[in-house]
Amino acid sequence: MIIRGDEPEQIRLLRKLYKPGNYFMQGNEAVAYGALFAGCRFYAGYPITPSSEIAETMARELPKLGGYYLQMEDEIGSIAAMIGASWTGLKVMTATSGPGFSLMQENLGYAAMTETPLVLVDVQRSGPSTGQATKGAQGDFFQARWGTHGDHPIVALSPTSGQDAFWETIRAFNIAERLRTPVVVLFDGILAHTRELVKIPDVSEVEITYRKLPRNEEEAKLPFGDPHGDGVPPMPLFGHGYFTHVTGSTHKENGLRDVYTPEVHDRLVRRLHRKIEKNRHVYEKYEEHFTDDAEILVVSWGVTARPALGAVLKAREEGIKAGLFVPKTVHLFPGERMRKLGKKVRAILVPEMNLGQMILEVQRYVNDDVLLKGVNKIGGVPLTVEEILREIRGVA
Amino acid sequence: MAKEIYSTYPMVKYLRKEALPTALCPGCGGGTVLNAFANAVDQLKIDPKDLVVVSGIGCSAWIASPYFLADTLHTTHGRAIAFATGVKVGLPDKKVVVISGDGDLASIGGNHLIHAARRNIDITVILVNNFIYGMTGGQVAPTTPFGAITTTTPYRNIEHPLNVSETVAAAGASYVARWTTAHVYQLIESIKKALTVKGFSLVEVISQCPVQFGRRNRMKEPAEMLRWFLKNSVPISKARKMSPEELEGKFVIGEFVSRERPEFTEELNKLIDEVQEQFGLKEV
Repeated sequence: MIIRGDEPEQIRLLRKLYKPGNYFMQGNEAVAYGALFAGCRFYAGYPITPSSEIAETMARELPKLGGYYLQMEDEIGSIAAMIGASWTGLKVMTATSGPGFSLMQENLGYAAMTETPLVLVDVQRSGPSTGQATKGAQGDFFQARWGTHGDHPIVALSPTSGQDAFWETIRAFNIAERLRTPVVVLFDGILAHTRELVKIPDVSEVEITYRKLPRNEEEAKLPFGDPHGDGVPPMPLFGHGYFTHVTGSTHKENGLRDVYTPEVHDRLVRRLHRKIEKNRHVYEKYEEHFTDDAEILVVSWGVTARPALGAVLKAREEGIKAGLFVPKTVHLFPGERMRKLGKKVRAILVPEMNLGQMILEVQRYVNDDVLLKGVNKIGGVPLTVEEILREIRGVA
Repeated sequence: MAKEIYSTYPMVKYLRKEALPTALCPGCGGGTVLNAFANAVDQLKIDPKDLVVVSGIGCSAWIASPYFLADTLHTTHGRAIAFATGVKVGLPDKKVVVISGDGDLASIGGNHLIHAARRNIDITVILVNNFIYGMTGGQVAPTTPFGAITTTTPYRNIEHPLNVSETVAAAGASYVARWTTAHVYQLIESIKKALTVKGFSLVEVISQCPVQFGRRNRMKEPAEMLRWFLKNSVPISKARKMSPEELEGKFVIGEFVSRERPEFTEELNKLIDEVQEQFGLKEV
């Protein structure tokens, strides 16, 4: 059952099942409900801590909405099944954690190359390898960006609370559909298991986007063309008699493989990049607090953005002109905004639960005369307000 | 050019002419498999619009993709069946067919093969077993016969091959058959059955790769390999009365299983109905 064209029935079911209001729930559950409101009706996954509650919630709720839950034999099969289902028109999702995310990387590249919309939630846990399996971390920042091989663009979002996770998951689906691309949600084991207030809205408050479909036979013959000049080709779904050919090999606009003509590869891969780079308005999102007059800028993301805000508020109470910049879309990184903010401050602190990952992106956009310092903590325990405040005081 | 070459071949109507000629080597068994598949589709009068063909990586993944004119999904190495699983769930009324090789489906993709059979999802798999990794230059595969010479077993293969059909039958498939490229009519009949049966079906086709396998094992001519298949083929009814020692080096051919078992997408949709009923979600 495809939600597109079935909206009245889906709205009736959503209203009947999920009364608007405040609920006390885990971040993982908020992700799952976000997906259900976004129109996700296919989930394929494999159990892994700390993401499993997303699978459990989807397994319980999807059948009520006429959707499909599949538990696959491994993570590789999970993302493979999602891609297959996406080509039939379903909105698809999986959730995993570091090790599973690593296993999915090859097919994430396949999804980027074949322009297959999907949402992949990585509930980050402490690595490398099995690491501290039950503990949260922010160590997959670059796995999301560069985990699969070859030049490829990617969009990745990172929510900062349960409520945020609900809306950001919806946004992830809308971006995936709008740009015909895989979207990663970088969640973490701490927010995933934090129970907090999440307001479930009425379905009318949720905006839904659908992927472009071919308007005529001509468009259907070019599943990898650019008929509208925005870099996003309409998607001729399977089962409609279009005889679509999809391959991860370098392909021409008509989908047929051509790995021998340098220009074909150049044209395809550059368009894939252009599609993501030129459509920043579709996905770029960040939050700012006190950046207007800040002298010390804290740049943080995901779970760490919360103690970072606490620290900035306390610093302000102490008369320190601190500000906070939180990229909500972490890939592609909001570099131009970072560059502008970097020109106005004398010090930048980057707190994150790793040994320095997002700081490398920040570094690309700020001048050498700005003091740039990481505030790094590993071990599975989140940074505290006090720990970040101490660093702010240190550069004040 | 392609048009002239293929104009007398009746099955060309099922092929993407702009993609021809095929990339297969002269003497490859892949053409026989494509021909058998096209004939099965033709005899069953299946509209190609109702077909989705999925393949993985390797020579045998090229047999139908991109050549067969249907929706074709050419996936990553080993994952064709998992991709096909998603396609079938989304399009339960279409026929979803995987055509790929032994290395792709039984080695790197072996896990998906076993579990798709266990789920008994209505996918037809044509597994072309040429005993070798052909595209990468003739390396040993988990299907390579004991003692055979390959580029990575230059002295002899010390491993014993996986019995793919027996494995898939044991895992729970509705239908399993094995033939060789020397048994074309039986092969067409089995593909037809596989396409018709509800549930997971596997047709294993023992196929010749004279370039990468035969050449290094004293059978450099395709015909020599076909004669080898014929000489060593044993019908399954006869094989059941033979000892493992007697069956060493033989190709057991025929139907391994043909049975009715609950099918996955039907069960999945039945479950959705039940849950919607249970929670009072059906529209009155």
